[in-house]
Amino acid sequence: MAAHNLKHALFCAIVTLIVAYPILGFNLVSSGTDIILEGATTQTVISVLLAAVVVFLFQLFRDNIMALLGKAPALNPLANRQPMEQSKRLKLESTILTLIIIGALFWPFFVSRGSVDLATLVLIYIMLALGLNVVVGLAGLLDLGYVAFYAVGAYTFALLSQYYGVSFWFALPIGALLAALFGLVLGFPVLRLRGDYLAIVTLGFGEIIRILLNNMTSLTGGPNGIGGIPDPTLFGMEFGRRVKEEGNTSFHETFGIAYSSEHKIIFLYLIALVLAVFTALVIRRLMRMPVGRAWEALREDEIAARSLGLSRTSVKLSAFTIGAFFAGFAGTVFASKQGFISPESFVFLESAIVLAIVVLGGMGSQLGVILAAIAVTILPELAREFSEYRMLIFGAAMVLMMVWRPQGLMPMRRIHIELEKQE
Amino acid sequence: MLEVQNLSMRFGGLLAVDQVSLDVQEHEIVSIIGPNGAGKTTVFNCMSGFYKPTSGKILFEGHEVQGKPDFRISRLGMVRTFQHVRLFNRMTVVENLLVAQHRHLNTNLISGLLKTPSYREREQKSLDRASYWLDRVGLLDLANRDAGNLAYGQQRRLEIARCMVTEPKLLMLDEPAAGLNPAETRDLNQLIVSLKEDYNVSVVLIEHDMSLVMDISDRINVINQGRPLASGTPDEIRNNDDVIKAYLGEA
Ligand SMILES: Nc1ncnc2c1ncn2[C@@H]1O[C@H](COP(=O)(O)OP(=O)(O)OP(=O)(O)O)[C@@H](O)[C@H]1O
Ligand SMILES: [Mg+2]
Repeated sequence: MAAHNLKHALFCAIVTLIVAYPILGFNLVSSGTDIILEGATTQTVISVLLAAVVVFLFQLFRDNIMALLGKAPALNPLANRQPMEQSKRLKLESTILTLIIIGALFWPFFVSRGSVDLATLVLIYIMLALGLNVVVGLAGLLDLGYVAFYAVGAYTFALLSQYYGVSFWFALPIGALLAALFGLVLGFPVLRLRGDYLAIVTLGFGEIIRILLNNMTSLTGGPNGIGGIPDPTLFGMEFGRRVKEEGNTSFHETFGIAYSSEHKIIFLYLIALVLAVFTALVIRRLMRMPVGRAWEALREDEIAARSLGLSRTSVKLSAFTIGAFFAGFAGTVFASKQGFISPESFVFLESAIVLAIVVLGGMGSQLGVILAAIAVTILPELAREFSEYRMLIFGAAMVLMMVWRPQGLMPMRRIHIELEKQE
Repeated sequence: MLEVQNLSMRFGGLLAVDQVSLDVQEHEIVSIIGPNGAGKTTVFNCMSGFYKPTSGKILFEGHEVQGKPDFRISRLGMVRTFQHVRLFNRMTVVENLLVAQHRHLNTNLISGLLKTPSYREREQKSLDRASYWLDRVGLLDLANRDAGNLAYGQQRRLEIARCMVTEPKLLMLDEPAAGLNPAETRDLNQLIVSLKEDYNVSVVLIEHDMSLVMDISDRINVINQGRPLASGTPDEIRNNDDVIKAYLGEA
């Protein structure tokens, strides 16, 4: 056992060296037109060696460290409590959610512009995560290309407004429906694949969409993106200082108040809030409908589900399509918030972040997803000084989370349909 | 109503089912018996569309169904249970029955989201049907438990109830008495007979419990090492020399 550990630890340390030394140990320095390879400073080399030693020690005492980590939940008083009764839990959950929503409605009027803007982004991520939760958490399909549908929604609005002057409110359903259509068309051939294969193919699709957007320069502007995407209006009232669209009035003039650029930001935030609540409610309802049960049944036991007449393809496709629909929703809001979009906004990292939110939140649980979305979006902002190490911290947090609480922050407890006693 | 003609199924070098034929008339209980590994479950898997048979025909109500996807066959009214119980363990008992009725429910998303009256009515109907069958198999008190927490015998009954809410014409039961105690087997015996008598369902039964088979079967097919060995009424089978030899030879 000990010998095996030693061997394994040695192996890991050597791999660390092999990976780290060429990357960190050499620098490419340009001198004039040439590029010269230089050795790094002794300090860097020492750090690399130190890292290898740390890896070696960690792997050597891995079992002990993991056991220690495993005991950590005992420190968490909430970890081992009895599960609440369903009716009580539902009441508590909806009370908490209502309070959060009421708080969220008034909150933007008291805080800075930057916070409201960040909160809008959080809400967009909540929408994305709730949608992906349907695909991954409920239907059990690992989709790594979710960002593609987000891009479809955003680009639909951008293009429609650029070429046809379509407003936000018209583009919102169109963007969502088009994203859903993409989900349907892309899903059809890939959903017969399982597990890892599905993950790889969806990953590919995500990249294909991004590369297409990058290369269809005449239509999408390629890497330059599309700018000048209009803000949403409120019953024909615009939030800019001057009215851009003919026939519209401006918000501040109608109400006779001074112009403030904050109005627009708060308005966008409120739209995102309403849409996020809408998303949460619709998905909650879907979970209790036959479709929702079919997703779960297929995830629980595919063979039994098929033997009862459930078609695997159409059930999975419905989850995929509905997930894509909400990504399209979020995409439209995102395009409007940014006013400018380019393929840069839809890289794989976005899919990964949304997936991380779903996993972190505890697959399937809505409250968990909301908390995780807040954590994943806001924590990096708070830790700005460490921004270079953002991904490193993110990765470390994910690994720790998987060791300490693999079921997520708030693992889903199913909402059961109860059969009332009949007399 | 069901006719299986010269069904063969080959797995690589193994001919698991070799030229098996059988037929089921309406209002009939037909059993398939045979030693372990004889190919009984494989016949079921072909009939229910899990396997595409190597050769042979399966006619259900005059239509060829061999090689059709499983969910289509089940929608035609041929539903099966499994040798190893397959429930949706983390869903409740009643939800297991609701899943099975998804086709009777309105599949229109919009009406479901808006809870239209017609949607509610259908939902209520499927809940009623579920509670009727739960009562019928004696599980009504456990309706809101997780299916995975039921005792083994209860799980078996739930699996049958789950088939029945789909309102099948032909029910295929794969060793429903396996692991049941004598009292439970007696109840099962009555239940199967009542399915035939009261609900007009034909049954194909795979079973090792000979007393159960002899008691309720109208006809019996014996398979040995994939090949049909004999078929006939329980009395004929009981006195068939080949069958006696095969079973004694195995024992
Ligand atoms: N998917 C498969 N791939 C390869 N061989 C299989 C497969 N399914 C069944 N077999 C083989 O086919 C033969 C028949 O198996 P089957 O399960 O049909 O027997 P059975 O009559 O149901 O037996 P038991 O009474 O034990 O349930 C066995 O030898 C089995 O190993
Ligand atoms: Mg078998």
